[in-house]
Amino acid sequence: MTHTVAAETRTGRPVTFGILRRLPEHLAIWVPLLLSAGHLVSFALWTVWISFTPSTLVPVSGWVGLRNYTAVMATRNWQIAFDNLLLFGCGFVLLSLLTGLLLAVLLDQRIRGENVLRSIFLYPIALSFVVTGTVWSWLLNPGLGIQKLVNDIGWTSFRFDWLIDRDMAIWTIVIAAVWQSSGFAMALFLAGLRSVDADLIKAAQIDGAGPIRMYRRVILPTLWPITVTVVVIQLQFAITTFDLVRALTGGGPGLATQLPALVVYDLMFQRGLLARGAAAAVLMLLILLAVLLPYAGWRYLQRRQAAHA
Amino acid sequence: MRDRIFAPSRMLIYLVVWLIATAWLVPFVVVVLNSLRTAEEIAQTSMIGWPKQWAWSNYVTAWAEFCVAQTCAGIRPYMLNSAIVTIPATIISTMLGAVAGYAVSLWRFRGDQWIYGIVTLGIFLPQQMRLLPWTIVLRDVGLINTLTGLVVIHTIQGLSFTTLFCRNYYVAIPPELMRAARIDGAGFFRIFWRIVLPLSPPILIVTVIWQFTHIWNEFLYGVTFTTGQQQPVTAALIALSAAIADIPQHGVQSAAVMIAALPTLLIYVLGGRYFVRGLTAGAVK
Amino acid sequence: MSALSIRDVHKRFGPSEVLKGVSLEMGSGDFTVLVGPSGCGKSTLLNIIAGLERQSSGSVEIGGRTVDDIAPKDRDIAMVFQSYALYPSMTVRQNITFGMECRNVPRAQREAAVSEVVRLLQIEALLDRKPAQLSGGQRQRVAMGRALVRNPLLFLFDEPLSNLDAQLRAEMRMEIKQLHQRLGSTIVYVTHDQIEAMTLATRIAVMREGVVQQFADPETVYNRPANLFVARFMGAPPMNTLPARLEASPSGSVAVIGHGEGEIRLPVPVEVKGWIGREVVLGIRPECITEPTRHFGHAPDAVLTIAASVEMTEPTGAETIVVLRLGSERALGRVSADLRPRVNEMARFAIDTRKINLFDPATGDRIVS
Repeated sequence: MTHTVAAETRTGRPVTFGILRRLPEHLAIWVPLLLSAGHLVSFALWTVWISFTPSTLVPVSGWVGLRNYTAVMATRNWQIAFDNLLLFGCGFVLLSLLTGLLLAVLLDQRIRGENVLRSIFLYPIALSFVVTGTVWSWLLNPGLGIQKLVNDIGWTSFRFDWLIDRDMAIWTIVIAAVWQSSGFAMALFLAGLRSVDADLIKAAQIDGAGPIRMYRRVILPTLWPITVTVVVIQLQFAITTFDLVRALTGGGPGLATQLPALVVYDLMFQRGLLARGAAAAVLMLLILLAVLLPYAGWRYLQRRQAAHA
Repeated sequence: MRDRIFAPSRMLIYLVVWLIATAWLVPFVVVVLNSLRTAEEIAQTSMIGWPKQWAWSNYVTAWAEFCVAQTCAGIRPYMLNSAIVTIPATIISTMLGAVAGYAVSLWRFRGDQWIYGIVTLGIFLPQQMRLLPWTIVLRDVGLINTLTGLVVIHTIQGLSFTTLFCRNYYVAIPPELMRAARIDGAGFFRIFWRIVLPLSPPILIVTVIWQFTHIWNEFLYGVTFTTGQQQPVTAALIALSAAIADIPQHGVQSAAVMIAALPTLLIYVLGGRYFVRGLTAGAVK
Repeated sequence: MSALSIRDVHKRFGPSEVLKGVSLEMGSGDFTVLVGPSGCGKSTLLNIIAGLERQSSGSVEIGGRTVDDIAPKDRDIAMVFQSYALYPSMTVRQNITFGMECRNVPRAQREAAVSEVVRLLQIEALLDRKPAQLSGGQRQRVAMGRALVRNPLLFLFDEPLSNLDAQLRAEMRMEIKQLHQRLGSTIVYVTHDQIEAMTLATRIAVMREGVVQQFADPETVYNRPANLFVARFMGAPPMNTLPARLEASPSGSVAVIGHGEGEIRLPVPVEVKGWIGREVVLGIRPECITEPTRHFGHAPDAVLTIAASVEMTEPTGAETIVVLRLGSERALGRVSADLRPRVNEMARFAIDTRKINLFDPATGDRIVS
């Protein structure tokens, strides 16, 4: 349809009357859209602006250039958070991707109880990160959870104390996050596997491909667009992770599980350094864009190719 | 339907898949069992164990009695807060998103693609970029530390998702249907009420489930913009862990976690199909 | 007063011009078919008549009233769509009365109108069903009912039969024709199917790339196509178009196909003085190349019998299509189904030279005397 709302007011009646008569529909169209788009644009721009001001407890105008950015990036807090993000992002994305793919391939074998199994792998997604974090903080607590259980059984030298180990604590976040969101990767992969052209598989069977070769050469290669999507979504989650860490480790021990989102919150609301908090938030956004922009470009190319094909 | 591919090693498949499934269930089972064990029992053994005596009283305590920050009313007021925030925000954002999605997908007007593009960017913009502006807006309109403030935030932010979901669903409505309706003389609202809305239940269910789960589970805004008695249940759980750290009461805490997780778990169990559809729809942005 | 007049309508989408100045006049009771390949602009033109799209320039009059600034609902038109566009959540009855509901017609009046239309279309039994519970043909009828109930000045049909299977399509085609004959309504009908165009139309507008190539009655369009495009588009199999040169002879002009031994000389029915000695394109319909025993009515002297080699035959059941060599050019002929000319052998064919058309090879336009 190429008709325009504006054009429809040309009904031969005076234009003002047309606009008035159509006021309710213009309101219905524009109010939600403008509220949403307006707040997004103005909020994002405002935060960017604040990050260039000397604001501390209250927003003030002024221009300090990149000083807030250099200050934030110079802190140990941010550096550790950034390193942790790299570690957590890679570990989490890789593990949840592999787990999700494994589960999807297993569930794709026409096994009995598929629905029950799928529900089991997916239920963590319905939970809040606060609940997930809390529960895993118990399980991983050496004095309460798995280590205690194994010790009580009799293997007294067993150690599983990553939660309080500065070097390993970040992996507890990975464990909880993988547990929470592998099901999501599985669901997407499974949908992809199920949409593989049945004729393609028949052709491969006639060509004499065994199950392993079938997956490696025929089925899995069709999944890579889904894989990219899953990776991007999981990375997006990893970059903005906040609740999970708050509930599981609180960022500790020390700064061992500090992540950018926690730094932002800390700067803004605990130290009252609005401008630096805003700078850290903008840095988060930049990290996110480093992931999303290539993805958007890739999607654009894919669509263009599809349109040409 | 495709034939199974791994014929000979099916036992192995079942073994592996159920092993992982068991691991996936452990946290849930542990919490359920702990919510029925006494604090002493948990302290003596570990978090993982079978209840010797069924301590149903944990739920009573968790629901209405234990103390968070000098108030001893259990988790009930916070559950109520979450409900007061989640239900209206879900309904309003879904309704507005349906109208906006309908307008963007089935009507053309100046700048429609632009504004829709900006709205969908909201899915990607991190919450951290909006925290400070929201603080100022809420303070200026006097909604800081109120549940209404959270309703406003979640409604407006939810529009990105609800508009996207509905728009993607409505673009599949054939343009000829719209043309027929316009020749019949139906306008913007009549077409919406009589033609589009009756086709919408599947997407509205998906959208409502998505919004409800997300708003119920949300933590950052809850903890930033409300304090004390105004906090939603996710923030209260964190406060509870902090409050209880001195005298561990893991039985009560587990019961509280169960209660807090119950609404979304129930929705997942009852509307699983729509839940998953929402997940995949959200992924194919 | 004409029922519909379209004056120099242009439609541009960005840089591309979809309609390049279309002008058409239709009288009351005309069944006008807009036909052409996909992308020729016929559907856009229909949408502009309906008011669903706005032309870039030019104007449209319906029943003597300029409707350029009038909304679709107020143009006194009804439209039947290719996908039928039945409202999925409404019953058949609600689908038919929705337009009246929008105009706040009293319920009793609606019911009366519905009962009349459903009797006409024989869909009484379907009134309380939803579209999903109807077959393709039934949906088609409901869509027509929705249009008929408005009793408009002008009916617009947008490829209404192309979603039906072949048999149902033929059936519905006849019904639409009967309906038109009975009600005497004015219809603009868009299709890409030239058989539909031939069978239904009282007037055909052949379109290509936003330009009307020919606007005439079916007989004229078929027998005297305005240019090579129309000649090749209308008719299946299409008209043979063969390079030829014109020569003068004692009895009039002659078109010569081929050279030397195998050349074929066909007398031309028109006076084409300026073209003697020049190259032309000769158009002749396959049914004008047939077996010599065929009876040609009152002009047997215009029939020329020739020998030609047969390359291939395609029996269709009702007749046999023959691929043969005229001069050195390949051409199609149609002979009786009983005859099976042998492949790679010579056979005799009669050519009805009255229906030869000549075209200018440079412009493709028909050469008129």
